[in-house]
Amino acid sequence: MKQLYYKVDKCLGCKSCEIACAVAHSLSGELFNTLQEEVLSLPRKKVLYYKDKNYPVSCRHCKEPKCVDACMAKALVYDKEKGMVLHDTERCVGCWMCVMVCPYAAIRPNLKTKIPLRCDRCNDKDNPACVEACPTGAIIWQEETGLRV
Amino acid sequence: MEEIKAKSIDQATQEILRKAKEENIKTAWERLEAQQPQCGFGQLGLCCTICNMGPCRIDPFGEGAQMGVCGANQDTIAARNLARKIAAGAAAHSDHGRDVAETLSLMAKGQAHDYAILDIEKLKALAEEFDIDTHRNEKEIVQELARKLLAEFGRQEAELVFLTRAPKKRQAIWKKLGILPRGIDREIVELLHTTNMGVDNDYRNLITTSLCCALSDGWGGSMVATELQDIILGSPQPVRGKVNLGVLKKDYVNVVVHGHEPILSEMAVKASQDAELIKLAKSKGAQGINLAGICCTANEVLMRHGIPVAGNFLQQELAIITGAVEVMMVDAQCIMPALKEVASCFHTKLITTNPKARFPGVIHIEFHPEKAYEVAKEIIKLAIENFSNRDKDRVDIPKQEVDLVSGFTKEIIFQILGGRYRASYKPLNEAIISGRLRGVAGVVGCNNPKQTHDYFHTTLVKELIKNDVLVLQTGCSAIASAKQGLLIPEAAEAYAGKGLKEICEAVGIPPVLHLGSCVDNSRILTAASQIIAEGGLGEDLSDLPAAGCAPEWMSEKALAIGFYFVASGIYTIFGASPFPILGSKNLTDYLTSGLEQLIGGRFEFCADPLKMARLMLEHIDKKRQALNLRPVMYA
Repeated sequence: MKQLYYKVDKCLGCKSCEIACAVAHSLSGELFNTLQEEVLSLPRKKVLYYKDKNYPVSCRHCKEPKCVDACMAKALVYDKEKGMVLHDTERCVGCWMCVMVCPYAAIRPNLKTKIPLRCDRCNDKDNPACVEACPTGAIIWQEETGLRV
Repeated sequence: MEEIKAKSIDQATQEILRKAKEENIKTAWERLEAQQPQCGFGQLGLCCTICNMGPCRIDPFGEGAQMGVCGANQDTIAARNLARKIAAGAAAHSDHGRDVAETLSLMAKGQAHDYAILDIEKLKALAEEFDIDTHRNEKEIVQELARKLLAEFGRQEAELVFLTRAPKKRQAIWKKLGILPRGIDREIVELLHTTNMGVDNDYRNLITTSLCCALSDGWGGSMVATELQDIILGSPQPVRGKVNLGVLKKDYVNVVVHGHEPILSEMAVKASQDAELIKLAKSKGAQGINLAGICCTANEVLMRHGIPVAGNFLQQELAIITGAVEVMMVDAQCIMPALKEVASCFHTKLITTNPKARFPGVIHIEFHPEKAYEVAKEIIKLAIENFSNRDKDRVDIPKQEVDLVSGFTKEIIFQILGGRYRASYKPLNEAIISGRLRGVAGVVGCNNPKQTHDYFHTTLVKELIKNDVLVLQTGCSAIASAKQGLLIPEAAEAYAGKGLKEICEAVGIPPVLHLGSCVDNSRILTAASQIIAEGGLGEDLSDLPAAGCAPEWMSEKALAIGFYFVASGIYTIFGASPFPILGSKNLTDYLTSGLEQLIGGRFEFCADPLKMARLMLEHIDKKRQALNLRPVMYA
């Protein structure tokens, strides 16, 4: 099962991953047109900053996800096979409980659509858009088991 | 295979790209790939690096910072970034013009013996424009003209002399907007000043200043370059030539001139024909010396001497990869830093000649007009000596070598249409008025690996001439069309609409006219002004059934050109990717629509050559209608 990892020392904070994420989740899939769309696609990933380091943050798809427990609408389900928290936007009521309980502040409220935003690892694509977009290779997409520290 | 076809429609280019791949030599296309993804903030114009409180970025999604540290918003940031590019583009053209004017000045002082006044008629005409008594002796005229032209650069008030070439109505618009350039250098300096931290924060005002700066290029620096090059190097006449990498010759010492400033390459032409040097080349086993060009230096020596063109901007590395180039001598502008690496894969010697454009670790033989021929001979000699170092097994010269006719100027179009003794634009005006010709289009500009090389230029040009639009070209765009066989009179038969074909057959011209290098876009401005002066097509340049396009642009110089075309009232389309301003909706809307009310011209961004053609035709038809012209004859 592949996971997203980060070499924070390599992150220069250009936020290209944010732009790529928003574009990947837009209707057009292309930068200039993304900005023209009626419902603006927003990034599910944010580069946060703490003590001289940049941290690209998005949903880590925890094995024991607090957000799933907290979801009163049962809009969130942990899919063991995919190793992902799935978000049923139809069921979601926008109560922001998942945003509140996430220990990584990785779930973002979209105040316009009243629905939280979360990383879906670009679903069926081979590589998530953020991985492709990172100019410095700070975002790594690899098997959990292959991880070397 | 398919991948290479997506890179270029030109077969010679495809062939050398295959060779490059086999030999693992990287070119602009691979470097573009390695740059992916290119920064979205930069593409949108939302990154500001002007002061050291930054770099600042505006979040285009509206969530994060909407102001830089200083408080500049997306409109100010995008407009300032664009303005700086226009200033740099205008500076490049104008500094080129200054160098030519300085050469003229040295000639007047008797210090540039290798040059002579080759177009005395034009010298006198220009002297008259500058209020110089033409009855004086030639040396005095030259002296006075050089002084007055150099003064145009440092002029502080009133306006540039060449601006009076524009129709009266256009001059009045410039005056009303306060954008009559005072001095060539002054407008560049002022524009740079206004983009400094904490000066001009109004994107509309920044654009007004940019328009003024661009005018000081088109009707100033570039025009000085064109006019003086004609006087010193000779005015072009229609001339046959050949184009594409096939012009490099297997058994000859191949010297490629590349860049923009023809003052030295003119001497290289002479040196390549020097009997002694040819003898030396033969003694080294070569059959002779073959000079060829890349980019605008190529256009200059093609226009005046029929020297073959090896290719346009994206072919500069490829010429070296043929393995057959002994020396590539470069002057300034559009010279890829990558040439050094590519040349190091072969025996090719890269030689820089301009003190402003140097590469670390590359042979530098500095050009001075005072010893021009000497320098040119030294370089050609180096090439001859390098011939024996050529690895014959690594030579692959594509066979593509296409005929073309070049050498059209505003004076020549005048003569061809009306005849030498009754030179006139009247037949051209009448052709447009009667509807035999729909209108005129300028298709100019660079190459950009973001688009299939040459595809946009040639697809657009073919579609325009098919619809009876006479196409005027310069720069790398002209070279693109030449490679596809559009610059020969026979192209009218194959590609032009019925009306344009009739005209081409009657006067024996190609449907696409090559007007020269990118500073020669100034020829288009003066030609258009003379069309207005001829009468029947309105009173201002913005009345003309005409449009402009830079389909594959990449250089800041293209932005300066685009701005002086729009400032002159011409509808102008930019292809490749749009200006890096789309992060500012206000600025984008202003340039693509609001500007038209102000100045009569506007920009359009379009990434499909057939759509570009459609937009240009629609615009031309709109202008025809406004002039109450008859419908197009063969629609």
